[in-house]
Amino acid sequence: MSNANSSGTLTGSHYLDGDHACSEGAIAAGCRFAAGYPITPSTEVVERLAQRFPFVGGRFLQFEDELAASIALLGGAWGGAKACTVTSGPGFSLMMEHIGLAAITETPCVFFNVQRAGPSTGLPTQPAQGDMMQARFGSHGDYRLIALCPNSPQECFDLTVDAFNMAEEFRVPVLVMLDEVVGHMTEKVVIPEDAEIKVTERRWTKKPPGEFKLFAPAEGSLVPEMVKPGDGYRIHVTGLTHDERGYPKMTVPEHEKMQMRLWNKIVLNADKIVKYEAKDLDDAEVVVVSYGITSRIAERAIQQARAQGVKVGSFRLITAWPFPEKEILQLSKKVKAFVVPELNLGQMVLEVQRIVEGRTKVVPVPHVGGTVHDPQVITNAIVGAVR
Amino acid sequence: MGPTEIKIGGLGGQGVILGGIIIGKAAALFDSKHSCLTQAFGPEARGSACSAQVVVDSEPILYPYVQKPHLMVAMSQDAFAKFSPELRPDGTLLIEEELVKPTGLPSTVKVFAVPATRIAEELGRKMVMNIVMVGFFTAVTGIVSEEAAREAVKDSVPPATVELNMKAFQRGFDHGKKLVAKA
Repeated sequence: MSNANSSGTLTGSHYLDGDHACSEGAIAAGCRFAAGYPITPSTEVVERLAQRFPFVGGRFLQFEDELAASIALLGGAWGGAKACTVTSGPGFSLMMEHIGLAAITETPCVFFNVQRAGPSTGLPTQPAQGDMMQARFGSHGDYRLIALCPNSPQECFDLTVDAFNMAEEFRVPVLVMLDEVVGHMTEKVVIPEDAEIKVTERRWTKKPPGEFKLFAPAEGSLVPEMVKPGDGYRIHVTGLTHDERGYPKMTVPEHEKMQMRLWNKIVLNADKIVKYEAKDLDDAEVVVVSYGITSRIAERAIQQARAQGVKVGSFRLITAWPFPEKEILQLSKKVKAFVVPELNLGQMVLEVQRIVEGRTKVVPVPHVGGTVHDPQVITNAIVGAVR
Repeated sequence: MGPTEIKIGGLGGQGVILGGIIIGKAAALFDSKHSCLTQAFGPEARGSACSAQVVVDSEPILYPYVQKPHLMVAMSQDAFAKFSPELRPDGTLLIEEELVKPTGLPSTVKVFAVPATRIAEELGRKMVMNIVMVGFFTAVTGIVSEEAAREAVKDSVPPATVELNMKAFQRGFDHGKKLVAKA
């Protein structure tokens, strides 16, 4: 860690696990506050932040539970910091309340969820991808957020920077959904020079206190600007339905206005947000849709299936939410089948099925978690899908 | 050639994981190969059998886990008993010769032994036995280059201990070269 530059970015080539790469991504993106109730397999993220923050002017606070940690995260963000918390399944469940509060208060913040097998305490040290629907629908009410799925320590770094940037741009909670394998695997991670890392700074308003409305979208945008504490703005931030000034106003028109803007700022910007990696789709008869560690196992299966003469391509989700609906819809009009392996008993496959609407075959390849798929099982599903 | 699977086993506290990190780092950062390290995370505490698993390949690694290791390092009898059944019949086993008595191995397994703890004690710090083993591993297996392994050791140990660790590496390396020349 001796070669960190003055901004704290650890430029250079490193041998890091996914959790530690998230910590470095957070520091490079300007995160200077982390609140946590550390839990396996996510603990290493804050362990490293706790070591590194004192050298870069950051603070890590450990709390009594995940409720406290996640509300402190929101407080840190409104206090002016780029902020994150880390957790895994059991803690993620407890944090749902404050994911909803972050959504309605439009708090820019990042949640790392290093997924382990559940439900409940489940398999604390072993992987799963069982929180994907919880990531989308876990808190009550209608809201939209962004969820990213890295498949390597390098991508843990890269997507963490993106997560903080998207949190600032859209003022939503951004979830970085690792799985235990990606969190704990160690690989080469290249951290660029600061000048090559694109960082989105918080958009502070230039409007004077009398004119500024806390929840009025900035001109040409669906996203409001923020204010710095201590700059003389009196603000009111509430989980109740509120008007543009931030005061509770519980009428149907006001609720609709607020709700639709929260919804549309993600839905109407989906093209800007959605990321995926497509391979060999031009002549594909079968497309494997996968994410996280499963995408790497699937890649091996794809190689095996190709060796058997099957025309199979890969569509890797980088954003799980918003889901790449348009792209899957297009593909559904030309391929014979989708194969969807995941470390759960069928979650993102539901989204594929919803979009495909029966136009083509959708083959789930479920797995209870605790380890990864045997690649042969995915190969068999690919080969079986075109027979 | 495909991926090479390596499993390093020993007692918690012997520096097993650091040994694995150094080998993986040598391959990925200093040999321009790809490597992926995973650890068995369990309720194990200091003093019980633990392991580091490294996959090394010239291509990006897809499947991260070690299933049938080509190369195995056993630094304790417990680790030998627990992990050696996974070793490929044509695999190579490296052992701490005063702590591991290998039994029941297929005759096709090549076994190389080093008194890593004794060497480390001669150097004044028992703690560097894992680095003796890394030097030995480098000489015997050739899966990482000598230069890369040296760089990885330097990059991974506390700055004040680099000299001692380089001596430990050298002793293990020399011992390995001698055995390979005889084999």
